[in-house]
Amino acid sequence: MSNETLLEVEGLKTYFHIEGKVAKAVDGVDFSIDRGETVALVGESGSGKSITSMSIMQLIPSPPGKIEEGAIKLEGKDLLSLSEREMMKVRGNDIGMIFQEPMTSLNPVFTIGEQLAEPMVKHQGMNKKDAKKRAVELLKLVGFPRAEETVKEYPHQLSGGMRQRVMIAMAMSCDPKLLIADEPTTALDVTIQAQILDLMQDVKKKYNSAILIITHDLGVVAETSDRVLVMYGGQIVENASAKDLFTNPKHPYTVGLLNSMPDVADEKERLESIPGTVPPAHNFPDGCRFAPRCKHAMEACTEAVPKLRENEPNHHVRCILYEDQGGEKE
Amino acid sequence: MYKYILRRVLVFIPMLLIVTVVVFTLASLAPGDPLTGQTLDPNIDPEVLEERREAMGLNDPPHIQYWNWLTEVSQGNLGDSLHYSGRTVEELIISRVPNTIYLAVFSLFITISVGLPIGIYSARKQYTVVDYTATTFGFFGLSMPNFFFALIAIYFFSFQLGWFPPRGTVSSTSLTGFESFIDRLHHLILPGITLGLSSTAIYMRYIRSEVLDVMGSDYIRTARAKGLTERSVLYKHTLRNSLIPIITLMGFEFGTLLSGAVIVESVFSFPGMGQLFLVGIENQDFPLIMGINLIVGVTILAGNLLADILYAVVDPRIRYD
Ligand SMILES: Nc1ncnc2c1ncn2[C@@H]1O[C@H](COP(=O)(O)OP(=O)(O)O)[C@@H](O)[C@H]1O
Ligand SMILES: [Mg+2]
Repeated sequence: MSNETLLEVEGLKTYFHIEGKVAKAVDGVDFSIDRGETVALVGESGSGKSITSMSIMQLIPSPPGKIEEGAIKLEGKDLLSLSEREMMKVRGNDIGMIFQEPMTSLNPVFTIGEQLAEPMVKHQGMNKKDAKKRAVELLKLVGFPRAEETVKEYPHQLSGGMRQRVMIAMAMSCDPKLLIADEPTTALDVTIQAQILDLMQDVKKKYNSAILIITHDLGVVAETSDRVLVMYGGQIVENASAKDLFTNPKHPYTVGLLNSMPDVADEKERLESIPGTVPPAHNFPDGCRFAPRCKHAMEACTEAVPKLRENEPNHHVRCILYEDQGGEKE
Repeated sequence: MYKYILRRVLVFIPMLLIVTVVVFTLASLAPGDPLTGQTLDPNIDPEVLEERREAMGLNDPPHIQYWNWLTEVSQGNLGDSLHYSGRTVEELIISRVPNTIYLAVFSLFITISVGLPIGIYSARKQYTVVDYTATTFGFFGLSMPNFFFALIAIYFFSFQLGWFPPRGTVSSTSLTGFESFIDRLHHLILPGITLGLSSTAIYMRYIRSEVLDVMGSDYIRTARAKGLTERSVLYKHTLRNSLIPIITLMGFEFGTLLSGAVIVESVFSFPGMGQLFLVGIENQDFPLIMGINLIVGVTILAGNLLADILYAVVDPRIRYD
């Protein structure tokens, strides 16, 4: 592990046990995030992105969910070995998180100021008055010109975009090392989306925190990320720098995602969507989980789950098309 | 918020008038009139009765009668009781109201202090023995009729065990101060529990599902992601939201308690308004029935108004509308 590594996820498995069935929502995920790096986690809905992020926070609803195996190391310290009490000091302090649903992610009965102050009171031992003052500064930072009044307002008085700004301010309030943003712009209008992404970039520069941004929108990835993790069926199928991924995608799933991406320059072009749907997590096909939808599928694909291999330097892919090239990971 | 409250109060006034119309109409629709009971008495000359009818305005057209009644009522005159001769209805009601208030307050206290904590605990420990036990008691409490529970309670706790008195409000009028308070409380326990039983069950089930609902909401996930303790997630973020619908429930509670009191008070020979009401019915004491109906109607309306106002106090979404 280099000094630059902030977060390392190793062999993470998070399963849901429901009515005798096991949904393998996250099934052996490895990746790492460097300090100050922006990493995108992409994949269609249901591929296990949110559960991966909630596992890092250890906020999996349990039962039925359970982190079965793996390690999640923040600056070398395994979060999974922490007690719940110790983990509370990590949440909101070392790792901040924002969610997809800005409309419902703030408590309707408390003022913006009260909700913003909470993590600072909890983690930084601030008194309420100082925390409220700091809340005003934070709101100004995320683009509320009349922040002194906004702290006294309630969530329902703000628009979705504004609420997401509040969420960002809240997540950044304790100067976290990592910000996890689970589809932060999906629920917002296109124009607002761009503003929120810009804001995240600004905030990131100011605090020099790393970002794990979850999205199913490759446009968002192109705009924000240094590196991309492509997730499918509870596993990472490709891990590459953003530049590499867009110019030289390897996994057929990644290629499919890129082909289905709307091209801004040529709107008329028909989108080529991937046929079929994501398999349910309790019923993955044998072998490669993407094989049933893959143009290049052959018999060998259904025999064993391919390994994630480093096919080119810093470009990992989980597909037998590339198995004879490059060395195995680690 | 003041605009909202003003609007509620403005709605309250026509509702109040509607209540008076309903009370009056119900009384007029009932067979007979205040003097019907006496027509059967062979010693009274029908002509005399007819004269008294005329004098009491019973032969006037209904809207005139209503108007006259309303004028009296608005001045606080509910009329003379027919059954308790020489006493006015307001006098009778005032003499009984305190007992009913004690009973209702005590039963509400049980509902809140038992129903809410158990319901909240049940939600937190979903599908545990405690939760299942509470659920079973909940169904039991809901399906058990008041009078039946009252009879069982009297049989076991009064006659068999001798723990609580089976009837009345006091054992001796000579007690004073704290002793008198304890004595009254002692008398309140069985009727209070009986009256509060079904509400306790309802509140328990209601708060349980509310807490579960809120626990699954996005803002609770946010609260957890902030690193708050489970305590503050539950007692601050969850409860504040879960209690909002309970307030509406409390608005209806006034009606539930008063109607329940009719049965509970008569089983426990508890001299409150409910018992007075039954006496009124049995004796066709129209002014008394109308008086009590009116008080009950107004109380229910006031309860709803109070709930509406409280609602605005706790829920900023309503306050700032
Ligand atoms: N609370 C839950 N109970 C049972 N299964 C769940 C639950 N949450 C997620 N899953 C399973 O995990 C899979 C991945 O979910 P998720 O991580 O939310 O996907 P994504 O965020 O990529 O859209 C889903 O397909 C679902 O089967
Ligand atoms: Mg998701």
